Amino acid sequence: MAFAAFATAEAQPQAPKKKSRIALFLLLPGIAYLVLFFLAPLISLVLTSLQAPREFGDIGQFDYAFNWQNYVTVIQQYLPHIARSFGYALAATVLALLFSYPLAYFIGVKARRWPLLQSLMLVLVIAPFFISFLLRTLAWKQILSDESIIISSLKALSLMAPDAHFTGTPFAVIFGLTYNFIPFMTLPLYTTLERLDTRYLEAGSDLYANPFTVFRKITVPLSMPGIVAGTLLTFIPAAGDYVNASRDFLGGPDTQMMGNVIEANFLVLLNYPAAAALSIILMAAILVLVGIYVKRSGTEDLL
Amino acid sequence: MIRRLIAQARQTQLNRRTLLAGAGAGASALALAACSTGGGQSQPTAAADNSANDKTLNWANWAAYIDEDDDGNYPTLVAFEEETGIKVNYEVAVDDNNTYYGKVKDQLALGQDIGADTVCLTDWMVARWIRFGYTQALDHGNIPNLANLTPSLQNVDFDPGREMSIPWQGGFAGIAWNKEAIPGGLTSVSDLWNPELKGRVGVLSEMRDTMGLLMLENGVDISGEWGDEEYNEALEQLRKQVEDGQIRNIKGNSYLEDLKSEDTLAAIVWSGDITVINAEAGDKWEFLIPSGGGTLWNDNFLVPIGSPRKTNAETLINYYYEPEVAAEVAAWVNFITPVVGAQEAAAAIDPELAENQLIFPNEETLSNAYVFRSLSGAEEQKYQTEFQSILLGA
Repeated sequence: MAFAAFATAEAQPQAPKKKSRIALFLLLPGIAYLVLFFLAPLISLVLTSLQAPREFGDIGQFDYAFNWQNYVTVIQQYLPHIARSFGYALAATVLALLFSYPLAYFIGVKARRWPLLQSLMLVLVIAPFFISFLLRTLAWKQILSDESIIISSLKALSLMAPDAHFTGTPFAVIFGLTYNFIPFMTLPLYTTLERLDTRYLEAGSDLYANPFTVFRKITVPLSMPGIVAGTLLTFIPAAGDYVNASRDFLGGPDTQMMGNVIEANFLVLLNYPAAAALSIILMAAILVLVGIYVKRSGTEDLL
Repeated sequence: MIRRLIAQARQTQLNRRTLLAGAGAGASALALAACSTGGGQSQPTAAADNSANDKTLNWANWAAYIDEDDDGNYPTLVAFEEETGIKVNYEVAVDDNNTYYGKVKDQLALGQDIGADTVCLTDWMVARWIRFGYTQALDHGNIPNLANLTPSLQNVDFDPGREMSIPWQGGFAGIAWNKEAIPGGLTSVSDLWNPELKGRVGVLSEMRDTMGLLMLENGVDISGEWGDEEYNEALEQLRKQVEDGQIRNIKGNSYLEDLKSEDTLAAIVWSGDITVINAEAGDKWEFLIPSGGGTLWNDNFLVPIGSPRKTNAETLINYYYEPEVAAEVAAWVNFITPVVGAQEAAAAIDPELAENQLIFPNEETLSNAYVFRSLSGAEEQKYQTEFQSILLGA
């Protein structure tokens, strides 16, 4: 998204007026792909979410119907999980932004003089992707376990209560989400900050703006496309993530997010309509939230 | 497909409900390309057996559930291949009853080959497959060694006469603790609620084992007649311990990581696992069937409805019911073997092994182990929903 924003900076050539059959023909594979792998599953999902249990049926047996009450039921039943999903995702996005901005600024602006350092740091940002993120999350679980060096040192320093623990708490889940999505925040920020014209900053200080004002009035607005792209790339997957919050990884029974609820309904309870309804609610909620966010941050042309 | 839809529309009055049903059938047909589920009222029919011409067999099983040598070969399977000429493709494809079911259920409903000719699944999941007609009837004539099946397992309520399923291995759920942290040991499930263990206790996400142990502690015979009252009493106890933070986490197979990292010091566990982690990570844990009683479960061979290699599967089952072979497997996997005579065969390999109560339990041990009774579909739905409400928190 962020990359496309720069490509459109120059005046676009006029689109050809004449309708071309070849263009339509060339579009076919794309359309077929979307219909087959997006539209069909989506329709199937909507229809599943409206199914009703079969009369005298066994577990997991449902028939097609128009049982819209499924949506009411799941919202009533799982409202805390829905709120928690977006709360955690928001916290993780804000934290990721706080960590990523200075990092991206350093790589993109300060490190320009040393191209080698710049590329080295970029590689370090991307390097975690070389290992499966399941393994990395499991590793964190071990690093942060009760008898680990970190936690026992914190306890020895009385920074943690002796019977406190970290894994299985909301902090652990937000920590995991932040850690896992930081590269998605850093990279778009880097691509915009890397193009930041530092002469604007110089001009700002020439006009007696203090560094904070320069940052607020020049740097942030110029890096807005990166901030929007980064927050979207972090928030959307974080809201639907079910690995970090899973009881098998960093979560516990009171940190379960929407993804975990969908998983339990689909695999254990065989309540397919509830799982489908929750998936649709998740999609719709993200769509609305993102729509409002993009509208308010004034960067519609990004999407 | 269109012709079918029209026929469907004609048959029924065209109201909103049936229109949606028709559209649903269409959408799933589109999505699943030619394998529409639509109604799925009728049970699938068994595939024709082609074993005579096709000497291969696909076996889906759990991890660390068969004897394995240092090179990753399975010695008993190699011997089987040499003896019968049937090439076995052994796949560790099951890591959880529910996820495996989620993966294959649509193919099963259509009677298609799921890529496995025999699968080993736990009692209650086998019961579901049999109820839904997803299994093929076994020809006992091809399995003469079935005479070696231990008498207590010859008749189970979900499969009288063992027509559809035959036990592979079994095990207990009980309690285990870290011997260094809890030198005094534990004797009952109530000991897990000791305030000193606050936040360091784990329980299993397998409803029948965790709830079974809690109910047994309350004096309920889980094999016999019990209902909502007994279940809810134990459920509220569990909910209280989770909400108070006494129970740290509720997990499936990954509970072993918590024991190793000492996030949990005591837990509800499966018997064979403790033998394995003691061998892996030093002799630190002890397993016990609690005083109230432990649960006993079995994983069973079954032949999925779409498999065209049933006779090959029966040949394999027959082979693993030879006492010597069963002893070799038991010595490696540390779970309970259902094969009579395996204990004597094991004594010949290693007398100490034959005395291990977790592999060859005697009458006394077995008298304190109970099988969770079969649940109807409605009960399963109700009890699982309540149990999951604790796992998912508020």
